[in-house]
Order: sequence, then C-alpha cells, then structure tokens
Amino acid sequence: MHPAFSVIFLTTLIGVGQGLFLALFTGQIYDLATLLDVQLTPAFYSLGSLIALLFLVLGLVASFFHLGHPERAWRSIAQWRTSWLSREVLVLPLTLGLIALYGLFHFLGWTQPLFTLGEAVPVDATLIIGLAATLATFGLFLCTGMIYAGLKFLQEWHSPLTVVNFTLLGIASGFTLAAAISAWMNNGLLFFYGGWAVVAISLGLLGRGASLVRNGAIKHKSTLQSAIGVRHTRIQQKAMGFMGGSFNTREFFPGAGLPTLDRVRNGFLILAFPLPLILLAFSFLEQGPSILPLAAFGIQYLGLLAERWHFFAEARHPQNIYYQSVA
Amino acid sequence: MTQLALVIDLNVCVGCHACVTSCKEWNTSGWAGPLSDHHPYDADPTGTFFNRVQMYEVGVYPNTETVHFPKSCLHCEEPPCVPVCPTGASYKRPDNGVVLVDYDKCIGCKYCSWACPYGVREFDEYQKVMKKCTLCIDRIIDTRLPESERKPACVLACPTSARLFGDVHDPESEVSVAIREQGGYQLMPEWGTQPSNHYLPRRKVRIHIHADELVRADNPLKREDIVRETGETLDDVAW
Ligand code: SF4
Ligand code: SF4
Repeated sequence: MHPAFSVIFLTTLIGVGQGLFLALFTGQIYDLATLLDVQLTPAFYSLGSLIALLFLVLGLVASFFHLGHPERAWRSIAQWRTSWLSREVLVLPLTLGLIALYGLFHFLGWTQPLFTLGEAVPVDATLIIGLAATLATFGLFLCTGMIYAGLKFLQEWHSPLTVVNFTLLGIASGFTLAAAISAWMNNGLLFFYGGWAVVAISLGLLGRGASLVRNGAIKHKSTLQSAIGVRHTRIQQKAMGFMGGSFNTREFFPGAGLPTLDRVRNGFLILAFPLPLILLAFSFLEQGPSILPLAAFGIQYLGLLAERWHFFAEARHPQNIYYQSVA
Repeated sequence: MTQLALVIDLNVCVGCHACVTSCKEWNTSGWAGPLSDHHPYDADPTGTFFNRVQMYEVGVYPNTETVHFPKSCLHCEEPPCVPVCPTGASYKRPDNGVVLVDYDKCIGCKYCSWACPYGVREFDEYQKVMKKCTLCIDRIIDTRLPESERKPACVLACPTSARLFGDVHDPESEVSVAIREQGGYQLMPEWGTQPSNHYLPRRKVRIHIHADELVRADNPLKREDIVRETGETLDDVAW
C-alpha cells in the first residue's frame, strides 16, 4: 500500500495521546493504592491531559488531510454497525472529551471523594471519568487497529498483532512522554514512568518483531492464476490497459523499492526501540531535571513514523497482481 | 431477488477496448458528472475509468495464447467494500444487486478501495469521491428506453458480443445458462466475495476428427454411406 502521511501522523499522534492519558491514569491508580512515594500534583494531571489532548487533536487534524471531502466528515458516523472506521470516528471525539473532562476536573481540584468503596478506596469524579476514558482509549486502539486488521485480503494486516502493536506502541510512546514531562517537572516520577516505558517499549519490540517475522513468511492467497482464472503455470501480463498510471498504480504500491523498505525497517528497529531504551536508562542515572527522556521520546516518535510507514508499505494488496506490466 | 451482472466471454473478447471507450463516453456525459481526466493530451495522462481491458500471455513461446481480460466492478454478492464505508455512501441496491456509490455522501476516505480485492474502484481526483462501475444504472432502469437498449453501454458496444448482461439469479436467463453450460467462473474465489460477474473460460476451438466420424460408421440406415458401384454404370454405356 502507498503510505499516506495523513494516516501515518493520525495513527502515531493519537497513539501518543492515548498512551499519555493511560500513563496519567496509571499514576492515579498507583497513587490511590499508595504504591508511590510521591504525590501526583493537579498541575501534572492537567498539564499531562492538555498535552495528551494536543496530540489527539493534531492526529484528528492530520486525518482530515486524508479525506477528499473533509466538510462531509460528519457523515462518517453513520455506519458504526459495520465499519471500524465509522466506530473510530465516534470513539475519537468521545476519548477527547473524556480526557478533557479528566484534565479539567484535576485542574479545578474537584477531587473530593464522592463515596468510599469498601473501607479504603475513596472514589472521586476523576476516578470515574478516568475509568471511562481508559475504556474509550482502549476502544480507540481497537478501532484504529481493526480498520487495518479487518481487511482480510491485506494479509500482512489481518492479524491480532496489528491491534496489539498499535496499542503497545501507543502506550510505549505515551509512557515515554510521561517520563519526559516528569523529568522536566522534576516531580520524582521519572523512575515510575520511565520504568513502565522500558517495559512497554520492550513489549512493543516483541510484538512488532513478531509481526515482521510473520509477514516475512506470509504466503499470499491470491495468485495471477486465481486473479484472472486461468490455470497455467506460466502467465505474463503484457498490458494493464493503460500507460499513464491510474489510481490503481498510485494508491496500492509502496512507491519505494525493497531496499528502501529494508532500510526503513532497520531504521525504525533502531530508532523506536533500543535508542529510547538507552536514553531512558541514562536518564535514570542523572540527578535533577533531565532532558534525556524528552530526547528519547523525540527519537522514538521519529522511529514510530518510520514504523507506520513500513506498516503501510509492507502490505501487499491483491489488486497489485493486475498491475504488473504497463505495456 | 434480482442480481444483475455481466458475463464476459474470454474466448470471444478480442481486446479492442470498445467497452472501455463506450463506458467512458457514457459515464462521463451523464447526470453524475464527468469521469475526470488529468493531462489527457500531455506527457503524463491519467484519468478515472470504470472498465479496463488488460492483456495476458499464457504459455511459452511459440505455444502461447493471448487472453484479453476486461475488468470492472464485479458487483459482488458479498461486497467487502460496502460494510467498511463509514458514511453509507457505498451500498448495494436491494432490488437489483448493483453496487453503487452515492457521490453526494462520499467523503473520499478511500477505505472502500482498500477493501476491494479486485482494484476496480477509482478515486476521482477532481470530484474527490470514489467511483466505480454502475452497470450503467441510468440506462438499465430507464423505462423510457426500448427494452433492447436497457443494457450497459459496454454490452451494447462490444462488437463480438463477448459481454452478456442479465440476472444471474434467474436460472433461465441467458447469463445463467452461459455460466452453467460454458464453465463460467468467478475471480479470486478465495475471498468469499461471491462476484456476480462471471467469466467464461478460453475454450479449444480446434476439434480432432477421427476417420470414422467422416464415414458415419454409426449410421444404422447406411443410406448416407458412400456407395461404391461394382457393376456396369450409366457412364459405361457406350452411346
Ligand atoms: S468488485 Fe470490488 S467494488 Fe465491486 S462489489 Fe466487489 S468488492 Fe465491491
Ligand atoms: S471513499 Fe466514499 S464510498 Fe469509499 S468508503 Fe469512503 S466514504 Fe465510503
């Protein structure tokens, strides 16, 4: 498939936003369970939520560049019963709204317990909103992943790994960003977020590695024989029906050769995983505010852009069988 | 339920592109707006088409055959392009099974084109909406036209009658009989899309004639057998 930059930015940017929100809420849960030796401040929550929102909105803006008629985008909520894209369009603003509320409640300090669960768990409004937003966030990962995983003849995408990797990589980048914010605010949460970021990045590497291995060994179901229905071992296309190119030759081919694909893969395997890990590890050794986690996040995000580019470029659409020879 | 479709006879198609040009002509002039072209007379021409004719060479030279292969939307019975459309712009008509795009609803997200394994949906770069074969819906349901002209433009244009049009759900229709009796098949059956359009395969046009087939050895009456006269014939009579 041809990697469209609008979709590359959409999926990576909202991934960061979702991951960052999950990081904030994980912090709140840990805080609630008094597992942290530092307090999370309202400033951290609200600033974090604001940054998460920023990423989600940027992703939303990027997605509009993919549309031929952005002014009709509202129509795309119609088919939520059958279309994962429609579901994504519904869940994205819901997630946005809930995260905005979450940040707002923390900012205004509306965190007085509403009631107490059992003996010791005080439930405040942010906990309820946060839970709802967490569900929405995971729902959004599911929708985004299923848009691609749901297309069964794009065999490279048609796997649970697609959803798993969108989720893991989103979480990894969000936690790295949370670590970067913590390091910059010097609020004592660098270890907490950095540690989880290390775990998420490692899991992401495992998941993405698994999908690379899987896709390397994929056997495509469609062949030239099944495409035109002629049973012969030697068939050659002599003409695709036109010479000047068409939507078919633009939209479904990566627009780059295999060497480029390999280079991009090697690039993201370094940028998105080991480099951020190393930078985070170094930041753990530093005292006081550190810029290293921010660098880790920047490099990781570049890596994720390359990762998403490769995700699209790698998928081989069966229609390409029909467009192998110009004349 | 009716399911209108094309049956394309690969044994008859000569690859003349008459269907391509007549399709383009009809559908670029209709109420739905032009099928736009980009630089049609320049170095890098490109444009939107509903129908394309491709060419394949089968076998190894000199034992090769050329297969001319027209390709347009197959109006699948289980169209994967329809449920993925977020706006409902892509739909399958319940009355005759034709898969259509509502150009006024389409947001141009191109998701449907990703979901069609056959690559028959083309994005119109000017109108910014997805386009595909409509089976000339504006012809085939227009009751003001004489019955014989209520057919897609490509079918009417085909000089060799390689394109049949009809209801594949009616077992007695021309298309159903052709599919049944001439080995009609579907493209990429592995995806379960159940294309309504079918193709008739290349067939051998040579037959092998055995000697006994020439002498009608099976003729019980022997009337038509070649009679070899042994006795005197009229020619032998000296006049
Ligand atoms: S051929 Fe493609 S566009 Fe046409 S109905 Fe089937 S899946 Fe949809
Ligand atoms: S491009 Fe148009 S018809 Fe296709 S899925 Fe998007 S909105 Fe539907």
